[in-house]
Amino acid sequence: MRIYADNAATTRMSRTAIDAMMPFIEEYYGNPSSLYAFGQQAREAVEEARATVAGCIGADPREIIFTSGGSEADNQAILSAAAIGRKAGKLHIISDQIEHHAVLHTLKKLEKEGFSVTYLPVGTDGIVRVEDVEAAITENTCLVTIMYANNEIGTIQPIREIGEICRKKNILFHTDAVQAVGHLPIDVNAESIDMLSASAHKFHGPKGVGFLYAKKGLKLVNLIEGGAQERGKRAGTENVPGIVAMAAALKESVGHMEETAKAVAALRDRLIAGLSEIPHSALNGDAVKRLPSNVSFCFEGIEGESLLLLLDDKGICASSGSACTSGSLDPSHVLLAIGRVHDVAHGSLRLTLGDGATEEEADYIIRSVKEVVDYLRGFSPVWRDLCNGKGTFIL
Amino acid sequence: MSLYSEKVMDHFRNPRNVGVIEDADGVGEVGNAKCGDIMKIYLKIEDDVITDVKFETFGCGSAIASSSMATELIKGKPVAEAMALTNKAVAEALDGLPAYKMHCSVLAEEAIKKALEDYYAKHPDKHMPE
Ligand SMILES: Cc1ncc(COP(=O)(O)O)c(C=O)c1O
Ligand SMILES: [Zn+2]
Repeated sequence: MRIYADNAATTRMSRTAIDAMMPFIEEYYGNPSSLYAFGQQAREAVEEARATVAGCIGADPREIIFTSGGSEADNQAILSAAAIGRKAGKLHIISDQIEHHAVLHTLKKLEKEGFSVTYLPVGTDGIVRVEDVEAAITENTCLVTIMYANNEIGTIQPIREIGEICRKKNILFHTDAVQAVGHLPIDVNAESIDMLSASAHKFHGPKGVGFLYAKKGLKLVNLIEGGAQERGKRAGTENVPGIVAMAAALKESVGHMEETAKAVAALRDRLIAGLSEIPHSALNGDAVKRLPSNVSFCFEGIEGESLLLLLDDKGICASSGSACTSGSLDPSHVLLAIGRVHDVAHGSLRLTLGDGATEEEADYIIRSVKEVVDYLRGFSPVWRDLCNGKGTFIL
Repeated sequence: MSLYSEKVMDHFRNPRNVGVIEDADGVGEVGNAKCGDIMKIYLKIEDDVITDVKFETFGCGSAIASSSMATELIKGKPVAEAMALTNKAVAEALDGLPAYKMHCSVLAEEAIKKALEDYYAKHPDKHMPE
């Protein structure tokens, strides 16, 4: 048995996406840039996919650039805004402390190149304060980049409000919506979004393909130079099967978004209620303003990797923000940003449910986590000290 | 396919010598919650021989397996041998650890040394082997 509860890491491709993809692997392998009909068939499929993707977020097809995924889209969006800012002599960027590394590392690079970046804190609820964004804006601000929803703790940011402020102040607004696209309703115009990043494998499409939405007239810089594909903004022969499958997956996800969200959120809340029964545990991030699929907890007295390994033995695929799962000495920057101290942040668990998850699976997960947490606490010197009054419980 | 060797997983899933020795002759705790691994070793020593050893560990799979293996390697051995135990020997006995996990095995070596220091501090009549 396997219960896959790591859908924030990646999702299973939908049958619809696979079926849409196969003809472009097996038969229609022409190059979309070739002028004969066989190539133009592929071109047509790519453009149809572009229209589909655009329609799913309220954009115009000409505003969609296909990329290799979320990371590339984040890089291109931020570097493009920085180039525009540099031209205008505006070298200040506003972001926050819980962004994905695709955003954070790009910003670090810009800092080395002379930009200054404000990393806004989040509350213990994992949400950026709109007033903080407004207060951080200076006349030198060229970009605000705030993620739509967080990949670790699932919190949803006040995108529409931030967009409105940026629009009013005439500052470019980018959002990394990799965890939101296909799961939450998005309308780039209504939400005043100038640039948006998305990744197909987070909504049942294939890995290695994604897109960047960039508002009409916004001048993008190339990360990849070469041919004239993607209106000259992203060279390289298009990943036709991937692009076609992404569009099919997104159309399907958006088509049943409301029902799926409702069903998955009910299971999420069942899991949250069940895991909250574990003493000295706490939910990470706001309980309401969170992705329908995200459950993130900290358990005091245990370490996350051993928890994951033992859950794996029970057939449960999950993830953690502990240091020993990241290969660094520090636990997740997101957990630290919401005020979880190191001791507690090491004992984190992220479960992200899939569309087909059942109550039985949720209950099995609850039982298993309780069992494993109990077992690990049984020989944890940290837990013993806490129970013996040497040190104080944080959670 | 697994991140760890069979041996590591065996010691992680079925750790040997888990627990506490209430009347231990030497106790050593190393690591801190900041780095994410904490190990505590309890020793029983008679006639310069480690007659019993137990451990408690807060940590990753590699930390738990290293604690377990390290206790196996010193149980019933003369103190001098325990003193000479290296993290490399622990890792080798586990059929290797991923490079970025080696630091977790260092703690086992350090915890044993600290427990032995504790023993000699409490027994000034005895002399710590070099
Ligand atoms: C919020 C967020 N941004 C960016 C990415 C990177 O996307 P990709 O793996 O498609 O490059 C991810 C994926 O883990 C993500 O969760
Ligand atoms: Zn470790």
